[in-house]
Amino acid sequence: MGDPTDSQPRIRDGMRAALPLAPSPILFGLSYGVLADASGFGAVAAVVMSATTFAGAAQFASLSVLDAGGTVVAAVLAAVFLNARYAAISLTVASIFPGGKLRRLVESQAIVDESWALSGKRGRFEWPILVGAGMLFYVLWIGSTAAGTAIGGVLDDPNALGLDAAFAALFLAMAVPYLRERRARQAAALAAVITLALTPFAPIGVPLIVASAACLLGLRR
Amino acid sequence: MNSAWIVVALVGVATIAFKAAGPVLIGRRSLPPHVQSVVDLLAPVMLIALVVTQTFGGDEEITVDARVAGVGAAVVAIWLRAHVIIAMAVAAAVTALVRLVA
Repeated sequence: MGDPTDSQPRIRDGMRAALPLAPSPILFGLSYGVLADASGFGAVAAVVMSATTFAGAAQFASLSVLDAGGTVVAAVLAAVFLNARYAAISLTVASIFPGGKLRRLVESQAIVDESWALSGKRGRFEWPILVGAGMLFYVLWIGSTAAGTAIGGVLDDPNALGLDAAFAALFLAMAVPYLRERRARQAAALAAVITLALTPFAPIGVPLIVASAACLLGLRR
Repeated sequence: MNSAWIVVALVGVATIAFKAAGPVLIGRRSLPPHVQSVVDLLAPVMLIALVVTQTFGGDEEITVDARVAGVGAAVVAIWLRAHVIIAMAVAAAVTALVRLVA
């Protein structure tokens, strides 16, 4: 009743809104840390990547390409293509960030799929929700990555445990929400065919990169 | 240094730039519609290509091994609306089991 926080959320409201989703970055961060350390990516590199890239799918993607014996170029491109969506996402919230360019640069790093979705829940995008939720996820993501790398050293051959298949399950689960749209299903099917067709002929990771061309289906009317 | 650090540096810089693109550079403009629809398809396309690579990928060959059983089990788990972490655990466990038996 007349409380200004009713209409103007604060950073801490964003953190509170993000709390129910907290188990997800914790579990993913742990598994990323475990896999990164066990596959020889390196504990410090994994934690630094969580602090700079701060995007789960891309981090798992580059890790899985390297782990499978793919080239650095393929690992980088797979992650960069996955994260290109953040350019589009950041456009949708471009106008809500206050302050100068440096401040906007720093605060825009709070954009992840979940913080972005939470920030738009009330019909318009709200900066304190996005930044508050993003900050909570950021701290949890880095902390759980570090914790995961500490556990990871215990595993000597992660692939004997079937962690390569766990990667596939993760990517599949992440893809499912996109596949509700027909255009996305067609493009994904084309990408699967391209990847399979090139696998016998091209070095590891290359089929993946060529398959990204399937997104050009988006140009069709 | 090694390949991991090259990945960390390049992916990090690219991702920071992607996230900052809207708030720092673009302001209130939006992407042209055809560019937007291509970008929209990038995530599902790359994710499915990764699924195929992780399931059948070998060293310049298509490999059908224990992973296929694990991923198949994960498909069922996801179809039954299991949490992602459960689906990953199912995939890992089934794959490990098949490897143990085979």
